[in-house]
Amino acid sequence: MIIQALAFYLFAAVAVAAGVMVVSARNPVHSVLFLILAFFNAAGLFVLMGAEFLAMILVVVYVGAVAVLFLFVVMMLDINFVRLREGSLQYLPLGALVGIILLVELVLVGGAWIVSPAADAALSHPSAPAGEMHNTRALGGLIYTNYIYLFQISGLVLLVAMIGAIVLTLRQREGVRRQSISRQTARTRAESVEVKQVPSRSGV
Amino acid sequence: MLEIGLGHYLTVAAILFSLGIFGIFLNRKNVIIILMSIELMLLAVNINLVAFSTHLQDLVGQVFALFVLTVAAAEAAIGLAILVVYFRNRGSISVEDINMMKG
Repeated sequence: MIIQALAFYLFAAVAVAAGVMVVSARNPVHSVLFLILAFFNAAGLFVLMGAEFLAMILVVVYVGAVAVLFLFVVMMLDINFVRLREGSLQYLPLGALVGIILLVELVLVGGAWIVSPAADAALSHPSAPAGEMHNTRALGGLIYTNYIYLFQISGLVLLVAMIGAIVLTLRQREGVRRQSISRQTARTRAESVEVKQVPSRSGV
Repeated sequence: MLEIGLGHYLTVAAILFSLGIFGIFLNRKNVIIILMSIELMLLAVNINLVAFSTHLQDLVGQVFALFVLTVAAAEAAIGLAILVVYFRNRGSISVEDINMMKG
Protein backbone atom coordinates (compact mmCIF):
# COMPACT_ATOMS: atom_id res chain seq x y z
CA MET A 1 0.00 0.00 0.00
CA ILE A 2 2.85 2.36 0.88
CA ILE A 3 4.66 1.55 -2.32
CA GLN A 4 1.50 2.18 -4.32
CA ALA A 5 1.00 5.55 -2.66
CA LEU A 6 4.63 6.53 -3.19
CA ALA A 7 4.45 5.48 -6.84
CA PHE A 8 1.27 7.48 -7.30
CA TYR A 9 2.78 10.63 -5.81
CA LEU A 10 5.95 10.20 -7.85
CA PHE A 11 4.09 9.70 -11.15
CA ALA A 12 1.59 12.47 -10.41
CA ALA A 13 4.24 14.99 -9.37
CA VAL A 14 6.45 14.31 -12.38
CA ALA A 15 3.45 14.39 -14.74
CA VAL A 16 2.28 17.75 -13.40
CA ALA A 17 5.81 19.19 -13.44
CA ALA A 18 6.27 17.99 -17.01
CA GLY A 19 2.93 19.56 -17.91
CA VAL A 20 4.10 22.88 -16.50
CA MET A 21 7.29 22.63 -18.54
CA VAL A 22 5.34 21.79 -21.71
CA VAL A 23 3.49 25.08 -21.63
CA SER A 24 6.36 27.19 -20.33
CA ALA A 25 9.53 25.86 -21.98
CA ARG A 26 11.38 28.33 -24.16
CA ASN A 27 12.35 25.84 -26.82
CA PRO A 28 9.52 23.85 -28.47
CA VAL A 29 11.83 20.83 -28.76
CA HIS A 30 12.08 20.80 -24.98
CA SER A 31 8.30 21.13 -24.84
CA VAL A 32 7.90 17.98 -26.93
CA LEU A 33 10.37 16.10 -24.76
CA PHE A 34 8.51 17.15 -21.61
CA LEU A 35 5.27 16.07 -23.29
CA ILE A 36 6.82 12.63 -23.76
CA LEU A 37 7.77 12.62 -20.07
CA ALA A 38 4.20 13.54 -19.11
CA PHE A 39 2.86 10.70 -21.26
CA PHE A 40 5.21 8.19 -19.68
CA ASN A 41 4.10 9.22 -16.20
CA ALA A 42 0.45 9.11 -17.20
CA ALA A 43 1.09 5.58 -18.42
CA GLY A 44 2.50 4.83 -14.97
CA LEU A 45 -0.70 6.17 -13.43
CA PHE A 46 -2.71 3.94 -15.76
CA VAL A 47 -0.73 0.92 -14.61
CA LEU A 48 -1.44 1.90 -11.00
CA MET A 49 -5.14 2.05 -11.84
CA GLY A 50 -5.02 -1.42 -13.36
CA ALA A 51 -5.38 -0.41 -17.00
CA GLU A 52 -2.21 -2.03 -18.30
CA PHE A 53 -3.31 -2.29 -21.91
CA LEU A 54 -4.19 1.39 -22.13
CA ALA A 55 -0.89 2.26 -20.49
CA MET A 56 1.06 0.38 -23.14
CA ILE A 57 -1.13 1.84 -25.91
CA LEU A 58 -0.47 5.29 -24.50
CA VAL A 59 3.27 4.72 -24.71
CA VAL A 60 3.11 3.22 -28.20
CA VAL A 61 0.64 5.66 -29.74
CA TYR A 62 1.56 8.89 -28.02
CA VAL A 63 5.28 8.53 -27.46
CA GLY A 64 5.92 6.42 -30.53
CA ALA A 65 3.74 8.23 -33.02
CA VAL A 66 2.24 11.53 -31.92
CA ALA A 67 5.20 12.95 -30.02
CA VAL A 68 7.64 11.92 -32.73
CA LEU A 69 5.36 13.60 -35.27
CA PHE A 70 5.49 16.76 -33.18
CA LEU A 71 9.25 16.46 -32.96
CA PHE A 72 9.58 16.14 -36.74
CA VAL A 73 7.35 19.14 -37.38
CA VAL A 74 9.13 21.28 -34.78
CA MET A 75 12.50 20.44 -36.25
CA MET A 76 11.48 20.82 -39.89
CA LEU A 77 9.82 24.22 -39.63
CA ASP A 78 12.40 26.95 -39.95
CA ILE A 79 11.14 29.34 -37.30
CA ASN A 80 12.88 31.82 -35.08
CA PHE A 81 11.56 30.50 -31.80
CA VAL A 82 13.12 33.27 -29.74
CA ARG A 83 11.01 35.83 -31.58
CA LEU A 84 7.94 33.70 -30.98
CA ARG A 85 8.34 33.99 -27.23
CA GLU A 86 8.32 37.79 -27.32
CA GLY A 87 5.22 39.31 -25.82
CA SER A 88 3.87 36.01 -24.57
CA LEU A 89 3.89 37.37 -21.03
CA GLN A 90 1.11 39.78 -21.87
CA TYR A 91 -1.29 36.85 -21.92
CA LEU A 92 0.02 35.48 -18.61
CA PRO A 93 -2.50 37.22 -16.30
CA LEU A 94 -5.50 36.24 -18.42
CA GLY A 95 -4.28 32.68 -18.86
CA ALA A 96 -3.49 32.31 -15.16
CA LEU A 97 -6.89 33.74 -14.24
CA VAL A 98 -8.79 31.37 -16.53
CA GLY A 99 -6.67 28.40 -15.50
CA ILE A 100 -7.07 29.06 -11.78
CA ILE A 101 -10.82 29.66 -12.10
CA LEU A 102 -11.18 26.41 -14.02
CA LEU A 103 -9.07 24.53 -11.48
CA VAL A 104 -11.11 25.90 -8.57
CA GLU A 105 -14.31 24.92 -10.36
CA LEU A 106 -13.04 21.43 -11.01
CA VAL A 107 -11.89 21.02 -7.41
CA LEU A 108 -15.24 22.28 -6.12
CA VAL A 109 -17.07 19.83 -8.34
CA GLY A 110 -14.68 17.07 -7.33
CA GLY A 111 -15.24 17.78 -3.66
CA ALA A 112 -19.00 17.98 -3.91
CA TRP A 113 -20.21 14.94 -5.79
CA ILE A 114 -20.73 11.42 -4.59
CA VAL A 115 -21.17 8.28 -6.60
CA SER A 116 -24.80 7.28 -6.56
CA PRO A 117 -25.45 4.08 -4.59
CA ALA A 118 -27.47 2.86 -7.55
CA ALA A 119 -24.40 3.09 -9.79
CA ASP A 120 -23.45 -0.50 -9.12
CA ALA A 121 -26.74 -1.67 -10.57
CA ALA A 122 -26.30 0.45 -13.68
CA LEU A 123 -22.97 -1.02 -14.75
CA SER A 124 -23.15 -2.10 -18.35
CA HIS A 125 -20.03 -4.24 -18.45
CA PRO A 126 -18.59 -4.99 -15.03
CA SER A 127 -14.93 -5.82 -15.19
CA ALA A 128 -13.93 -9.31 -14.16
CA PRO A 129 -12.68 -9.82 -10.61
CA ALA A 130 -8.96 -9.35 -10.25
CA GLY A 131 -6.93 -12.40 -11.09
CA GLU A 132 -9.59 -14.07 -13.17
CA MET A 133 -8.92 -12.35 -16.48
CA HIS A 134 -6.22 -9.86 -17.31
CA ASN A 135 -7.02 -6.40 -18.49
CA THR A 136 -6.06 -6.83 -22.14
CA ARG A 137 -8.24 -9.87 -22.62
CA ALA A 138 -11.24 -8.31 -20.89
CA LEU A 139 -10.89 -5.16 -22.99
CA GLY A 140 -10.55 -7.18 -26.18
CA GLY A 141 -13.63 -9.20 -25.31
CA LEU A 142 -15.56 -5.97 -24.97
CA ILE A 143 -14.19 -4.13 -28.00
CA TYR A 144 -14.63 -6.99 -30.44
CA THR A 145 -18.19 -7.77 -29.38
CA ASN A 146 -20.26 -4.91 -28.04
CA TYR A 147 -18.22 -2.08 -29.48
CA ILE A 148 -17.23 -3.59 -32.81
CA TYR A 149 -18.90 -0.84 -34.87
CA LEU A 150 -17.27 1.90 -32.83
CA PHE A 151 -13.97 0.09 -33.25
CA GLN A 152 -14.38 -0.05 -37.02
CA ILE A 153 -15.39 3.60 -37.13
CA SER A 154 -12.31 4.59 -35.16
CA GLY A 155 -10.27 2.72 -37.76
CA LEU A 156 -12.00 4.76 -40.44
CA VAL A 157 -11.21 7.94 -38.51
CA LEU A 158 -7.53 7.00 -38.60
CA LEU A 159 -7.75 6.21 -42.33
CA VAL A 160 -9.36 9.55 -43.07
CA ALA A 161 -6.73 11.30 -40.93
CA MET A 162 -3.95 9.55 -42.86
CA ILE A 163 -5.41 10.40 -46.27
CA GLY A 164 -6.14 13.94 -45.15
CA ALA A 165 -2.61 14.52 -43.91
CA ILE A 166 -1.14 13.16 -47.14
CA VAL A 167 -3.48 15.22 -49.34
CA LEU A 168 -2.79 18.38 -47.35
CA THR A 169 0.97 18.17 -47.41
CA LEU A 170 1.49 16.76 -50.92
CA ARG A 171 2.71 19.35 -53.37
CA GLN A 172 3.71 19.22 -57.00
CA ARG A 173 6.89 21.16 -57.45
CA GLU A 174 7.78 22.75 -60.78
CA GLY A 175 11.08 22.07 -62.47
CA VAL A 176 11.78 18.73 -60.85
CA ARG A 177 12.96 16.04 -63.27
CA ARG A 178 10.99 12.88 -62.71
CA GLN A 179 10.96 9.49 -64.33
CA SER A 180 8.06 9.15 -66.76
CA ILE A 181 7.53 5.46 -67.25
CA SER A 182 4.85 5.84 -69.92
CA ARG A 183 7.09 8.05 -72.03
CA GLN A 184 9.97 5.65 -71.53
CA THR A 185 8.05 2.62 -72.67
CA ALA A 186 6.38 4.50 -75.51
CA ARG A 187 9.71 5.22 -77.18
CA THR A 188 10.19 3.48 -80.50
CA ARG A 189 13.32 2.70 -82.38
CA ALA A 190 12.33 5.03 -85.21
CA GLU A 191 12.24 8.16 -83.05
CA SER A 192 15.23 7.50 -80.87
CA VAL A 193 17.85 5.92 -83.15
CA GLU A 194 19.17 7.70 -86.19
CA VAL A 195 21.47 6.09 -88.70
CA LYS A 196 24.02 8.48 -90.18
CA GLN A 197 26.05 7.98 -93.28
CA VAL A 198 29.47 9.09 -92.16
CA PRO A 199 31.91 9.72 -94.95
CA SER A 200 35.28 8.25 -94.18
CA ARG A 201 38.10 10.48 -92.91
CA SER A 202 35.88 13.50 -92.26
CA GLY A 203 34.05 12.89 -89.02
CA VAL A 204 30.43 13.49 -88.27
CA MET B 1 -3.16 10.25 2.64
CA LEU B 2 -1.62 6.91 1.89
CA GLU B 3 -4.88 5.46 0.66
CA ILE B 4 -4.96 6.39 -3.03
CA GLY B 5 -8.53 6.73 -4.18
CA LEU B 6 -10.55 8.17 -7.02
CA GLY B 7 -10.17 11.73 -5.77
CA HIS B 8 -6.39 11.67 -6.09
CA TYR B 9 -6.53 10.69 -9.75
CA LEU B 10 -9.26 13.23 -10.46
CA THR B 11 -7.12 15.94 -8.86
CA VAL B 12 -4.15 15.09 -11.08
CA ALA B 13 -6.42 15.10 -14.12
CA ALA B 14 -7.93 18.46 -13.12
CA ILE B 15 -4.47 19.99 -12.70
CA LEU B 16 -3.32 18.68 -16.08
CA PHE B 17 -6.49 19.95 -17.77
CA SER B 18 -6.06 23.41 -16.26
CA LEU B 19 -2.44 23.40 -17.40
CA GLY B 20 -3.64 22.68 -20.92
CA ILE B 21 -6.05 25.63 -20.82
CA PHE B 22 -3.30 27.82 -19.36
CA GLY B 23 -0.91 26.75 -22.14
CA ILE B 24 -3.42 27.72 -24.82
CA PHE B 25 -3.68 31.21 -23.37
CA LEU B 26 0.04 31.60 -22.72
CA ASN B 27 1.40 30.56 -26.14
CA ARG B 28 -0.55 32.72 -28.53
CA LYS B 29 2.33 32.90 -31.00
CA ASN B 30 3.09 29.22 -31.35
CA VAL B 31 0.44 26.90 -32.70
CA ILE B 32 2.62 23.85 -32.01
CA ILE B 33 2.50 24.47 -28.25
CA ILE B 34 -1.27 25.00 -28.50
CA LEU B 35 -1.61 21.57 -30.15
CA MET B 36 0.54 20.09 -27.39
CA SER B 37 -1.71 21.74 -24.78
CA ILE B 38 -4.70 20.10 -26.44
CA GLU B 39 -2.91 16.75 -26.21
CA LEU B 40 -2.33 17.43 -22.51
CA MET B 41 -6.03 18.12 -22.00
CA LEU B 42 -7.01 14.93 -23.82
CA LEU B 43 -4.58 13.04 -21.59
CA ALA B 44 -6.31 14.50 -18.52
CA VAL B 45 -9.67 13.37 -19.91
CA ASN B 46 -8.26 9.90 -20.41
CA ILE B 47 -7.02 9.78 -16.83
CA ASN B 48 -10.54 10.74 -15.69
CA LEU B 49 -12.14 8.01 -17.80
CA VAL B 50 -9.76 5.32 -16.58
CA ALA B 51 -10.07 6.45 -12.95
CA PHE B 52 -13.84 6.16 -13.05
CA SER B 53 -13.58 2.87 -14.89
CA THR B 54 -11.41 1.49 -12.10
CA HIS B 55 -13.52 2.96 -9.35
CA LEU B 56 -16.85 1.72 -10.70
CA GLN B 57 -15.40 -1.63 -11.83
CA ASP B 58 -16.80 -0.98 -15.30
CA LEU B 59 -14.59 -1.55 -18.34
CA VAL B 60 -16.53 0.73 -20.69
CA GLY B 61 -14.57 3.72 -19.45
CA GLN B 62 -11.36 2.15 -20.71
CA VAL B 63 -12.98 1.41 -24.07
CA PHE B 64 -13.89 5.07 -24.40
CA ALA B 65 -10.42 6.12 -23.33
CA LEU B 66 -9.15 4.00 -26.21
CA PHE B 67 -11.42 5.84 -28.64
CA VAL B 68 -10.38 9.20 -27.25
CA LEU B 69 -6.79 8.12 -27.85
CA THR B 70 -7.62 7.28 -31.48
CA VAL B 71 -9.29 10.61 -32.09
CA ALA B 72 -6.39 12.43 -30.42
CA ALA B 73 -3.91 10.73 -32.74
CA ALA B 74 -6.00 11.61 -35.80
CA GLU B 75 -6.37 15.17 -34.58
CA ALA B 76 -2.63 15.56 -34.07
CA ALA B 77 -1.89 14.23 -37.56
CA ILE B 78 -4.40 16.52 -39.28
CA GLY B 79 -3.50 19.50 -37.13
CA LEU B 80 0.21 19.20 -37.85
CA ALA B 81 -0.48 18.73 -41.57
CA ILE B 82 -2.54 21.93 -41.60
CA LEU B 83 0.25 23.63 -39.65
CA VAL B 84 2.87 22.58 -42.22
CA VAL B 85 0.72 23.82 -45.12
CA TYR B 86 0.04 27.06 -43.27
CA PHE B 87 3.71 27.62 -42.58
CA ARG B 88 4.47 26.95 -46.25
CA ASN B 89 2.00 29.63 -47.29
CA ARG B 90 2.61 32.31 -44.68
CA GLY B 91 6.07 31.63 -43.26
CA SER B 92 4.80 31.95 -39.71
CA ILE B 93 2.90 29.87 -37.16
CA SER B 94 1.52 32.69 -35.06
CA VAL B 95 -2.16 32.64 -34.15
CA GLU B 96 -2.42 36.33 -34.92
CA ASP B 97 -1.43 35.76 -38.54
CA ILE B 98 -4.29 33.36 -39.16
CA ASN B 99 -6.60 35.98 -40.60
CA MET B 100 -6.74 35.20 -44.30
CA MET B 101 -10.43 34.34 -44.11
CA LYS B 102 -11.22 37.53 -42.19
CA GLY B 103 -13.25 35.63 -39.66
